[in-house]
Amino acid sequence: MTISIDSKDSNNSLQPKGWLRYFSFSLDHKVIGIQYLVCGFLFYLIGGTLASAIRIELASPMSDFMQRDVYNQVLTLHGTIMIFLWIVPVVNGAFGNYLIPFYVGARDMAFPRLNAVAFWLIPPSGLMLVASYFVEGAAQAGWTAYPPLSITTPQSGQLIWIMSVLLLGGSSIFGGINFIATIIKLRRPGLKLMQLPMYCWAMLGTSLLVVLSTPVLAGTLILLSFDIVAHTGFFNPVLGGNVVVYQHLFWFYSHPAVYIMVLPAFGLVSEILPVHSRKPLFGYTTMVFSIMGIVVLGLVVWAHHMFTSGTPPWMRLFFTIATAFIAVPTGIKFFNWVATLWGGKISINSAMLFSCGFIINFVFGGITGVALAQVPFDIHVHDTYFVVAHFHYIVYGGTVFIIFSSIYHWFPKVTGKLMSEKLGILHFAITFIGFNLCFAPQHWLGLNGMPRRVAEYDPQFQFVNQISSVGALLMAISTIPFLINIFLSIRNGKDSGDNPWNALTPEWLTSSPPPVENWIGEAPLVEEPYGYGKPISQEN
Amino acid sequence: MTTLDSSKEIKKNDSEVSEHHEDFRMFGLITFLIADGMTFAGFFAAYLTYKAVNPLPDGAIYELELPIPTLNTILLLVSSATFHKAGKALLKNKNSYTQKWLIVTALLGITFLICQLFEYFNLPFGLTDNLFASTFYALTGFHGLHVTLGTLMILIISWQTRPKEGRITNQNMFPLEAVELYWHFVDGIWVILFIILYLL
Repeated sequence: MTISIDSKDSNNSLQPKGWLRYFSFSLDHKVIGIQYLVCGFLFYLIGGTLASAIRIELASPMSDFMQRDVYNQVLTLHGTIMIFLWIVPVVNGAFGNYLIPFYVGARDMAFPRLNAVAFWLIPPSGLMLVASYFVEGAAQAGWTAYPPLSITTPQSGQLIWIMSVLLLGGSSIFGGINFIATIIKLRRPGLKLMQLPMYCWAMLGTSLLVVLSTPVLAGTLILLSFDIVAHTGFFNPVLGGNVVVYQHLFWFYSHPAVYIMVLPAFGLVSEILPVHSRKPLFGYTTMVFSIMGIVVLGLVVWAHHMFTSGTPPWMRLFFTIATAFIAVPTGIKFFNWVATLWGGKISINSAMLFSCGFIINFVFGGITGVALAQVPFDIHVHDTYFVVAHFHYIVYGGTVFIIFSSIYHWFPKVTGKLMSEKLGILHFAITFIGFNLCFAPQHWLGLNGMPRRVAEYDPQFQFVNQISSVGALLMAISTIPFLINIFLSIRNGKDSGDNPWNALTPEWLTSSPPPVENWIGEAPLVEEPYGYGKPISQEN
Repeated sequence: MTTLDSSKEIKKNDSEVSEHHEDFRMFGLITFLIADGMTFAGFFAAYLTYKAVNPLPDGAIYELELPIPTLNTILLLVSSATFHKAGKALLKNKNSYTQKWLIVTALLGITFLICQLFEYFNLPFGLTDNLFASTFYALTGFHGLHVTLGTLMILIISWQTRPKEGRITNQNMFPLEAVELYWHFVDGIWVILFIILYLL
């Protein structure tokens, strides 16, 4: 059976035109991508404000800026917003929606309506999440919502939190189904899997993780809400329940969630580096197998978050080894990126700087990750600032750097305008210095035993905490040149032409901004998305 | 579109690009069912872990009665077969037969739900009595929710297969095939649930 695709389908006459379509139930994947990005960025600003509040509180050892329970609520909201409303939707939903149909040579995603539903689940659940802070008994058990804390503290906020995360998980699953179907089924005739740009592979792997692991989180949260509402005892030791079961189920999702957050970034950086160093992506095939290796291993390492939860020795051994193994495919990818840069004709621009910043930061985060996989070390630093530092090196130093890099790289695609390089480089410099100033000292704090998730600490840590807070302040300031840059460039940025970077990946082979149906005429068949520098005289 | 220097690497496919493509709605549905199955897998894993590591208090160990769940297993298996018959009849363009078989399937589903409720009311334990009781109700309840949704969908498609103006025909079988796959899935989950919860 066949269904006919009518290009009018994705842009029928009832759909608004111009900027209004960004507020509509649009079925155009490009509009949905921008909706994801802007919506995510607004939540990033909220989450960032909360982060600043946390760092202001931690500038002094006493809880003078916030009460202790307010501090817990703020850090819960910060973590949940940043993960479920900023990083996951943006790095998957925004860039995935915008780029994947171009990369597979399609005019839209496989299921455009499902796609719009997946996006429109996000703003209401985001508002619910923010609202949960203002009801009596806001969630304060952290983004992990570990019982018994989450079922013994005041609960109405926690319930709204659960509802919101369930909806966001649903949105994520719908998105994942859509990406898998688009990449596997909607490829243009003649385009082979091994000719796809690397971001497609990253999104395929990510979506597999989403589809396999997010439902487990949903089930777990439903059980948790039963514990709160109906007073069952699944995770309540008082009623004979077992908190460790929650931890297993939770981390079965939430460890893959880390890969859901970084694998797309791995894909995006694989698109950006070859363009700006004018070299083919080094080791395409090994990249593909590394991604799939990370997907498989990522599903079987969750208990390394639980080395202090009374896990039996055989489990510790297995999960240590499996976790250490993930360093192999990840390492392969890093060598490939460095080899891509090696001897390339590198342009130092904002996109490239953020990508290189990513490589540096992520190597740090990766090394501390391997260290944390070792049981003796993990027990020493468990629940300290070392873990906070490691995590932020992965998700901020890794993924958020790539989100900014991608915005600089694809801004001309979306708007047809160039961004200001001066402001971009300023943005990079403040972000990079601020980020490292904020999180590098936290390794030291953690090694010396400062616990995370507490508003008060030993005064001997004050100086290092203040350095960290200064870094956080710089990170907050770094958003200003970025926002100015975006607004100035949209209003009076220089015209970029269709392909300012002379890139070869399919999204650049159409006009910028692209027409509604992506290509006038049929989609080009790009057999070598990274075929840079083949005949050297043709460059420039 | 500007021409690229390296445009020779970007070939246009000479073959006619058809605006028709394969139907991948079934593929999407299968992906969704895998996700749904993972939710059940999480519940089963939790149940088995509890069983292994959380000893129940004295007097909280129940032998579940087998007749009703066995009947329910048979009901669901038969309903899968009747659904299959409905699909076969639609292939032969006999819409009225399809409709009859679908209604039989829906009735079997409803009977299943009634039996399930009957079992609930006759069990010696309630939702919050102990860990086993909670897990039992969570698992069977979540499955029962699936059966309820499935039964509603079967009723809807049986209306849509009505011989005259029905939307579902020999030419447009997808809604029927989708619900059928979902129904077989729910059926399969029940068999696993029956083995794990009642027989083990």
